[in-house]
Amino acid sequence: MKSATDGILVLLVLTDLMLLGTSRIAALIRLAGLQGIVLGCLGLFVQADDLTLRGVLLAAGSTAIKAGVIPWLLARAMREAGASREPEPFVGYALSLLLGMALLGGSVWIGSRLSVPGPGAGSPVVPAAFFSMGAGLLLIVSRRTALSQVVGYLVLENGVYTFGVSMAREERILVELGVLLDLLVAVFVMGIAVFHIRREFDHIEVDRLSTLRDTGP
Amino acid sequence: MILALILLPAAAGAAALLLRADALRRALLLFAAIAHAGMTALVAFGLLEAKPVSTWLLLDDLGLLFLGITSALFLAVAVYGVGYLSRERGVRRDFEEGWPFSNAPEAVFTGNLLFFLAAMTLVTATHHYGLLWVAIEATTLASAPLVYYHRHHRSLEAAWKYLLLCSVGIALALLGNYLLAVASQPAGAALTVEGLRGAGTGLASPWIRAAFLFFLVGYGTKMGLAPLHTWLPDAHSEAPSVVSALLSGAVLNCAFLGILRAFQACVAAGEAAFARELLVLLGLVSMGIAAAFVLNQADYKRMLAYSSVEHMGILALGVGLGGAAARGALLHALNHSLTKGMLFLVAGNVLRAYSTKVARDVRGVGRVLPASGVLWVAGFLAITGIPPFGPFVSEFTILKGALDGGRTTVATLYLALLALTFVGMATTVLRMVQGAAPGGVPRRPEPWASIAPPAALALAVLTLGLYVPPPLVRMFEAVVGTTLGG
Repeated sequence: MKSATDGILVLLVLTDLMLLGTSRIAALIRLAGLQGIVLGCLGLFVQADDLTLRGVLLAAGSTAIKAGVIPWLLARAMREAGASREPEPFVGYALSLLLGMALLGGSVWIGSRLSVPGPGAGSPVVPAAFFSMGAGLLLIVSRRTALSQVVGYLVLENGVYTFGVSMAREERILVELGVLLDLLVAVFVMGIAVFHIRREFDHIEVDRLSTLRDTGP
Repeated sequence: MILALILLPAAAGAAALLLRADALRRALLLFAAIAHAGMTALVAFGLLEAKPVSTWLLLDDLGLLFLGITSALFLAVAVYGVGYLSRERGVRRDFEEGWPFSNAPEAVFTGNLLFFLAAMTLVTATHHYGLLWVAIEATTLASAPLVYYHRHHRSLEAAWKYLLLCSVGIALALLGNYLLAVASQPAGAALTVEGLRGAGTGLASPWIRAAFLFFLVGYGTKMGLAPLHTWLPDAHSEAPSVVSALLSGAVLNCAFLGILRAFQACVAAGEAAFARELLVLLGLVSMGIAAAFVLNQADYKRMLAYSSVEHMGILALGVGLGGAAARGALLHALNHSLTKGMLFLVAGNVLRAYSTKVARDVRGVGRVLPASGVLWVAGFLAITGIPPFGPFVSEFTILKGALDGGRTTVATLYLALLALTFVGMATTVLRMVQGAAPGGVPRRPEPWASIAPPAALALAVLTLGLYVPPPLVRMFEAVVGTTLGG
């Protein structure tokens, strides 16, 4: 099953790179949903040796939320906000991709430095997970619209999840359910916030949210 | 008992969302706050036993300390809040920009306030690192709508920053959880405080270090440790004063408890020295940045927020130094919460009377609001560590701990930064109280609901300055001696 998980991790890295180079918000949401499916498969394959019903249900539930419910919520928020395209991000798409490449190199370096105990040894999990986290952070800081930032947060969470699902396999049921619930509620609350930002400003560009700062006396 | 403490506010929150009558909902808020505080007091005084529900849900001394702080503060806020909510009705004019705005529905506000209490109770009552993580994230999600109570764009901006920054921080703390799980795999330990302590040095050291690093950054964002504090001044200045009081007095503590739990894992694995140095460093950086922003701060609510950053730095520093300083830090957590809660509530009174957050435009609080004026000065003296108030005792204990441990440089920096903050706050606060009120601000009657809660908190802070109950001292010694590595 090793080659299968490796292939999935490559898919994860590719979707991250595509996210960095995309300007259309609908495409961002679709790619985030695709990542949800990829991660669901990862959850199945890493436990392929001893597949339990509980594990299958968990992977199915996680996929349903990450690839179904959350993209649906985000797409709805996008339609209500009437935003389809990211207007002039802080960091251009070509530069984003270049930075992404640098991040990938850095992640591979970190992966080579960390000695992973147990079953995960030698697999590209650590670089892929760290790259996903880096890509998510990059999306959050480089994009203007609230929705792109939410997708960035999802990608960051996906990176963390990738690490968790492959490395930390003991007692994860309740934790994982909690994580999923938190993620769902977080996106829900963020979606409401996006709706309010739209109503308040007639657009969802977060950089207009910049009145709060420290002023002199 | 533990379950009752968590489920009561959660159920009350759900009911608050459904109730239509305002009066009934406010009564429910008061009832839940009183019942929660009553149960907590019974447990704290040993009249009622909080039986562990499982290895995941149990209340140790450390948890009880933070539960007590949260519950007491929530009671004060609930009493104040009932009066506050009855005044905040309808469409009002934004005093900064003149646009009309309305508030979030009161049912949503009250419901979230109660969910918030339930989440914070869960933070204090769990020993499982994963559940702790879920609970801390839940406090963020329940409180974000509270920050956006006044529906105008500044509070929306604050709420968005709060939500996004804390969520990113929390995601990093989740990685900390997974790293901790990797560290515990060789020993096969459960991811609870007791499980890791049992595994001891069987934990893989490099992974424990990495886990602590991510916990520190993740929960540190939420705790407001500089340089991760940027959400804090915005959220505190834009949220209603009741919410600011809870954010500063209770939520920051919950995140601090998260860091303490991570620190306990380090102690168990014999990696305490590594964690201590990081905590001392971040503590001093926070104090330094806070001092810089308190000086010449134009907005008095932001000034209080930066003061919170400073005090979170003091807490981290104290735990990092260990020994007497760590005991001082635990006492300081209590003192800071009570004092800062009171200060934010009084700031709410001032804001209501003057309709401005600009400190320069506020003059003569002592004449316009005599009771609030006295409390404002008392709170300022307390928070800057002037005797006979509680924070003086705890800050002095931390100083003594630093000197006893031979950390003269740290002690000198600590004193210098405290002095700097004192100067910064003194110029702002004293100027606000003195002088004649600007035209158009008449002397106002002060309703008891807006004076009694901060006055009660002030009294508690004063008492703690004169007399620290021996059981509390013994508890601090036990906690520091057994689980925080002495």
